[in-house]
Amino acid sequence: MVTFDTSIASKFRRSSGDRRDLAMRVIWISALLLAVMIVASLTVGASGTSLLAALMDWASGLDIGLRERVILFDIRAPRTLMGVLVGASLAVSGAVMQGLFRNPLADPGLVGVSAGAGLGAILAIVLGGLLPPAIAAFTGIYTVPMAAFLGGWLTTMLLYRVSTNRGRTSVAVMLLAGIAVGALSGALSGVLVYMADDAQLRDLTFWGLGSLAGATWTKFAVAAPLIALSLAATPFLAKGLNALTLGEATAQHLGIRVQLMKNVAILTVAGATGAAVAVSGGIGFVGIVIPHLLRLAIGPDHRYLLPASALLGGSLLLFSDMISRTIIAPAELPIGIVTATIGGPFFLYILLRNRGVLDI
Amino acid sequence: MIDAQKISVTLSGAPILNEVSFRAQAGQLTAVVGPNGSGKTTLLKAATGELPYSGVIDLDGRDIQDYSTADLAARRAVLPQAAALAFPFTVLEVVRLGLLSGLHAEDDDLPSRVLAHVGLAGFEGRFYHALSGGEQQRCQLARVLVQVWQPVRSGRSSWLFLDEPVSALDIGYQLEVMQIARDFVDKGGSVVAVMHDLNLTSMFADSVALLAGGRLLVQGDPTTVLTDQHLSAAYNCNVRVNVAPEQIGQVPFILPHMASLG
Repeated sequence: MVTFDTSIASKFRRSSGDRRDLAMRVIWISALLLAVMIVASLTVGASGTSLLAALMDWASGLDIGLRERVILFDIRAPRTLMGVLVGASLAVSGAVMQGLFRNPLADPGLVGVSAGAGLGAILAIVLGGLLPPAIAAFTGIYTVPMAAFLGGWLTTMLLYRVSTNRGRTSVAVMLLAGIAVGALSGALSGVLVYMADDAQLRDLTFWGLGSLAGATWTKFAVAAPLIALSLAATPFLAKGLNALTLGEATAQHLGIRVQLMKNVAILTVAGATGAAVAVSGGIGFVGIVIPHLLRLAIGPDHRYLLPASALLGGSLLLFSDMISRTIIAPAELPIGIVTATIGGPFFLYILLRNRGVLDI
Repeated sequence: MIDAQKISVTLSGAPILNEVSFRAQAGQLTAVVGPNGSGKTTLLKAATGELPYSGVIDLDGRDIQDYSTADLAARRAVLPQAAALAFPFTVLEVVRLGLLSGLHAEDDDLPSRVLAHVGLAGFEGRFYHALSGGEQQRCQLARVLVQVWQPVRSGRSSWLFLDEPVSALDIGYQLEVMQIARDFVDKGGSVVAVMHDLNLTSMFADSVALLAGGRLLVQGDPTTVLTDQHLSAAYNCNVRVNVAPEQIGQVPFILPHMASLG
């Protein structure tokens, strides 16, 4: 139950130590912001077609023109929904990974999941032509996304095998193995870049920087189930990740089935990151900046942090995408450049302001 | 009751515990004492299921391996020796983590009441990281107490496992925290505490298990275990055990010394 009367404000005083009401209010504000961003994303674009104008036409009995219909429903709508899903995935997998590793700087990029997905995508771009025609015909336009997802998934499985001994996952080993796997993926990707021809190099560059430009309803349909499934698992992780803040042994003593919880967390991250990287390439900083910002605002309680991350991650990605497709319109700037330009300095600012408080 | 039979633990090839058998009765405060590296914490970690061991540990007549994680969390809470916190929770939020076992989840005021109980009234909004070592230790104690707040639940004694609960505390708080453990026991709860301070052990424990070199030297009530002979052998130094004045209970008090008293 959320009320907004002023007496609540006194409860927000830090001295109460209870940030649950504050967290709920931040979640509602984030939801509202996301709704605004969705409308804006449907309205803003190179063509000047506006959702509001189209709706007004429709309300006053006029037919919406074919051009408007195509722009709104076949170009902007899938792109917008994809942006929400990808932003939510990146932010939530960042938050889950950080909770799992008990480190506010952990990120799927860090444990090699993104790098593995990237290697898969690059393999598909450079060597996709060598696929037997029957397979190529079957996979079609999904070759790159599917390879990226497979790469991310295989990386996670490999990491898991390396770092799990007799049913216990060592977070330290997984982190170090992630660095090794990331470096290996990077090296193999580098070899493939050398082999690539000019056209492929251009594809690689755009994919590597990340973009929502290729969003279609079919791509959306490929990514959505996996992302939705991963996000749906997060409510079951929240309590466990909270307990894990005190360490694995203490979490177990608090009644959390730690090993099961870690398995679910790993699968969640693999699913969300793999699918997101597959359809949008390497979009950085969302998974670090959003959870970090939220932790400063509402604290580390994952019951609120995870949903708030999903909502705010979606908003940030939509906002970045609007910049990316309007700033040099009619051309497009890859969205990864925008998120890094916003996220990098912002992240440094957070670190600078809180270096006395944050023990990192 | 906790009945541990022939517990052996080997960590990275080194034997830490060697066929240690010990018992902790429900409704008692059992202290585990012994010199550094004698295996006290290892024994506690085996008993809480944290470390793999050989032998059998029964809790209330059932092998602890047969309990589900949730069942164990409902019966016993564990205060670790050191508790690093990964993210900046407030004191109230840390103590609220004790509600995760679900026993008292409805009781929203419980964390604040327990904080007052451990001498941290008004600390709710402070950040855990900003507390002193002793305050952090009492904050963790409050979290553990919240988990098993009722000393007796459904007719069964609740268990507290405390690993050096007073190691970071001044003498005033040492007594206060030991008294909290004592109160818990007097209301029907059970406590197993790894202790360094033999005098506090002597004052508060019902039963003492003395470990040395990974073996159980002796277990019994404080007056039989805390003797010159046992302590000198275990700690490898001269120890003179005296009897405290009548006003404070005529318990043994222990004075290590360098002199040879013959």
